[in-house]
Amino acid sequence: MNDPTLFTPSLNPLDPVQEGHPPHLIECRGLSFSYGPSLVLEEVSFAVHRGESLCVIGPNGGGKSTLAKLLLGILEPSAGRLTVLGKSPREARTSVGYVPQAMRFDPQFPISALDIVLMGRLNHLKAGPFSRKCRGIATDCLGEVGLSGYEKRPFSDLSGGERQRVMIARALACEPEILLLDEPTASIDLSIEAQLIENLASLRRRMTILMITHDLDLVSSIGDSVLCVNHRVHRHSLPLTGETIREIYSGRRRLEHDRRSRGQRDAQCPCDHE
Amino acid sequence: MSDFFADFIDAVRTVPLIRYALLAGLVSSLMFGVVGSLVVVRQIGYVASAIAHSILGGIGASVYYSRVYDLPWLTPMIGAIAAALLSVAVIGWVTLKFKEREDTIIGAIWAAGMAAGLLFLHYAPGKAVNLESFIFGNILLTSRSDVIATFVLGIIVMGLVALFYHKLVAVSFDEEFAALRGVSSRAYYFLLLTLTALSVVLMVRVAGLILSQALLILPAATASRFSRSLWAIMVVAVGITALANTAGLALSYQYDIPTGPFIVFLAVFFYALSFLLKRKRA
Repeated sequence: MNDPTLFTPSLNPLDPVQEGHPPHLIECRGLSFSYGPSLVLEEVSFAVHRGESLCVIGPNGGGKSTLAKLLLGILEPSAGRLTVLGKSPREARTSVGYVPQAMRFDPQFPISALDIVLMGRLNHLKAGPFSRKCRGIATDCLGEVGLSGYEKRPFSDLSGGERQRVMIARALACEPEILLLDEPTASIDLSIEAQLIENLASLRRRMTILMITHDLDLVSSIGDSVLCVNHRVHRHSLPLTGETIREIYSGRRRLEHDRRSRGQRDAQCPCDHE
Repeated sequence: MSDFFADFIDAVRTVPLIRYALLAGLVSSLMFGVVGSLVVVRQIGYVASAIAHSILGGIGASVYYSRVYDLPWLTPMIGAIAAALLSVAVIGWVTLKFKEREDTIIGAIWAAGMAAGLLFLHYAPGKAVNLESFIFGNILLTSRSDVIATFVLGIIVMGLVALFYHKLVAVSFDEEFAALRGVSSRAYYFLLLTLTALSVVLMVRVAGLILSQALLILPAATASRFSRSLWAIMVVAVGITALANTAGLALSYQYDIPTGPFIVFLAVFFYALSFLLKRKRA
């Protein structure tokens, strides 16, 4: 009787579920996930509609990255239902453009910017070289993030901000319906961040964006709403009121709820209003 | 100096032994440079070493069983290929399954292969086996059929790399993303290990199983200090390996130096030189 898949908890009241809305691009009902005995996500329900820009925030260890991996079909939920574009996340993979943190990669790896972007076209490649069409798309995507002429530049020569933009171009080369970004402004200089925000702001008009971030500037310039993930989820609509911001961020601009360790996960997050 | 070259060229023309050694060395340089570059950027040099050392198990087993059961077709080369492929299967499985104990388990496979090889060779009936040529290599033992086998393996390896170049690079750079784009990172990891194993088998003849991984890794490591795209690293690494092989062969022929160790020594020398040159340039 307690099987969470047997009932469908209502979606968050802030979700646009009323009639007349387009179908949800991502639908998540009663989703739970645990690594062994430790429960990372507990009966999470939310939905994302087409064209929305949703910022995912929350403490470290609260389950943001796990949620991203579930959305990409890298992990399978322990319970509950998650659909992306009406399909299982695994089936919908090719429609999602994933942007990992550029910091994660070996900066000395001998690869050019264009070859990285071409990785977004791998599912169109059987063997041998990439087609002219794929190379054209990849070149256009580099242009779209303001890196025209960078095709042959080695990864090791690029600045942190440029590397991150190459990662975004790679995701765009997937011709995605959903762009999923993992802390795109982490470890990036504030002066460079402006360019990145500009890129994302122009993309926002033509695709659904899901972005894990700790960066309030990014939230306010890109986000339509905020999903706070801390083992459970809670949605906030934007603009966040001063009161809410104070509650969530305790006056700090870049947010790290790291004081809230896994062991204390029963403690109330300021945004767990339920 | 011109005498030196004239002598060597003369030897290549008149002595089949030297000709085969040179041909085998040049063809295998192509494979070593290309596969070595992939091994270096993927940072799995220690896996290549483990495969090289475990080959002794296959060599020992082939000598033992061919003598005990009178199987003339079971040559050390076949034993080496079988052992290399078996190591690929076990090491590949272990590295994907038990990531946190990876180095210990690879060390165990390395030791098990060598120990089994030495035991097999000890109990093999008939005259004692010349262990030295396996452990230190002997390019001068290359026969015509070895050169043909090297050509065939070389074509297979180069063909596979040419066909799957982009996918091999992608899984080396970002396994997770490649998997999201439908490229099985496991399959390509196994492909890379298999290519490494085949190269290592060929290399054992040149440099022996102790020094072979140096010849796989050092030229590519040297090349990666000057080139910033993978294909350029491959080209330079092939050049360095061919140079080390040829110069090593010529000098060792002229001055009667053991060939395998000398070729490896040249590879080490080029690597050391790259540090000096790079510093000067900077």
